[in-house]
Amino acid sequence: MEITVANISKSYNTVTALKDISFGVETGELFGLIGPDGAGKTTLFRILTTLLTPDNGVATVSGFDVVTNYKAIRNSVGYMPGRFSLYQDLTVEENLNFFATIFGTTIDANYDLVKDIYVQIEPFKNRRAGKLSGGMKQKLALSCALIHKPKVLFLDEPTTGVDPVSRKEFWDMLKRLQNKGMTILVSTPYMDEAALCDRIALIQDGRILEINTPKAITEHFPKPLYNIRANNMYLLITSLQKYQHTHSVFPFGEYVHYTDKRNTPDKTALSQYLKHLGLTEITIEKTKPTIEDSFMELAKK
Amino acid sequence: MKTDYVIQAENLTKLFGDFAAVNRISFHVKAGEIFGFLGANGAGKTTAMKMLIGISTPSSGRATVAGFDVYKETEAIKKNIGYMSQKFALYDDLTVKENISFYGGIYGLSKKAVKEKSHKLIEELNLQAVSNSLVGGLPLGWKQKLAFSVALLHDPKIVFLDEPTGGVDPITRRQFWEMIYKAAHKGTTIFVTTHYMDEAEYCDRVSIMVNGKIEALDTPKRLKAHYKTDTMNEVFLKLARG
Repeated sequence: MEITVANISKSYNTVTALKDISFGVETGELFGLIGPDGAGKTTLFRILTTLLTPDNGVATVSGFDVVTNYKAIRNSVGYMPGRFSLYQDLTVEENLNFFATIFGTTIDANYDLVKDIYVQIEPFKNRRAGKLSGGMKQKLALSCALIHKPKVLFLDEPTTGVDPVSRKEFWDMLKRLQNKGMTILVSTPYMDEAALCDRIALIQDGRILEINTPKAITEHFPKPLYNIRANNMYLLITSLQKYQHTHSVFPFGEYVHYTDKRNTPDKTALSQYLKHLGLTEITIEKTKPTIEDSFMELAKK
Repeated sequence: MKTDYVIQAENLTKLFGDFAAVNRISFHVKAGEIFGFLGANGAGKTTAMKMLIGISTPSSGRATVAGFDVYKETEAIKKNIGYMSQKFALYDDLTVKENISFYGGIYGLSKKAVKEKSHKLIEELNLQAVSNSLVGGLPLGWKQKLAFSVALLHDPKIVFLDEPTGGVDPITRRQFWEMIYKAAHKGTTIFVTTHYMDEAEYCDRVSIMVNGKIEALDTPKRLKAHYKTDTMNEVFLKLARG
């Protein structure tokens, strides 16, 4: 195990940020922490990168204890915080140079590792970091987190607020880094990114809802799931919410995802019910659950 | 220009030096429509939106919002629209009630109207227990629902939502969309930007901006058919990658 977390808890005054969290990340694994704002993801990252001490529990990174051996961890991990935290007044190149020097290395020595990413911002190497676009800042931050060739990479919401194209490029980069043997712990609020991880932990309100491979998590979805469509989305949602056999109703793109208390709905009766309320063009079809369906089902409890 | 459109833009352009951040965009938004305004970071969405809400003067082209001209009637535009963004929505140091009365006051509602609306809104959002608590301490999802309601306080014809659901959990995100549907159902026009492509599917029509231009504009269903894909995400990837 490259990262171990055992019964970690952390509170800020009266607010519990993490409640008895335990999990492990294998060497070379791409592990995702999936959850919304306020779930406790950043607190966990800060504990693992030795910037915060836990109230309870034990955690190790590369075999080092996060409290007693924090210096060893700081030398061997790369951390990209959620908030842009490079020096805004230094240029792109100065920032990268600074981080390389701090870790006793040079840009040249590890250029190979950052090359893929850095070439994209190299044309702007004399621009101050504060003047970069969001996407470029993200690439520079990743370059700085990688320049000392860390064994473990911590990425706290690297793709938040980033458009789908740049997000896809970013994940392609992560896969390449993983192929070079790096262990990666990444957090994201985007459920569709979960499928790109080897394993994920679904986290909400400081608790882990489930840990498994993305495939296993969706396979564990407890009920048959149906796509329902009709001519009026708002009316469809409100009508289904009032239906006596409804277990869950969530809009999902052009459909509503529906589960029934009885597991298998009476499609004819349901269709009649909706027609009776003035809906037309009704279709009801079975569909496969996504990570987001699983997350919502688990979070409901 | 026809008046059953709540937004009409013709060749709307914004130049910064010789860089066209928004390059001759033309589109119409119908009353009561949920209009998705998509694009990659840096495609020009924010710049376009700033012109539409009357805080940035276009370099050329024409546009009206709620019937008012974006060059000459920006104050009238501001009175007739609602606006909510993920970054700025409410004052953290004011209570729920204070935020509502503050915005009510800004939009020129009478004290009586503010009181009535405030009461109704707090009840609808189930915020009775925290109505005198500072907004800063509320969970993000509650803040966003409150911010949306506040943006609708003065019954605007159209409400602009700039990435309204960033970071919230999937259940809250859907509750938020139910509020959007409800508002649209009552006739309010919704103009929304988002990075969640499943939310693009919730829109009646979506436009996709690439490098300052609108490269596609249609219903999600027709866009998917046109680009021969099953999801808006793939439509977006195909377009934005060029």
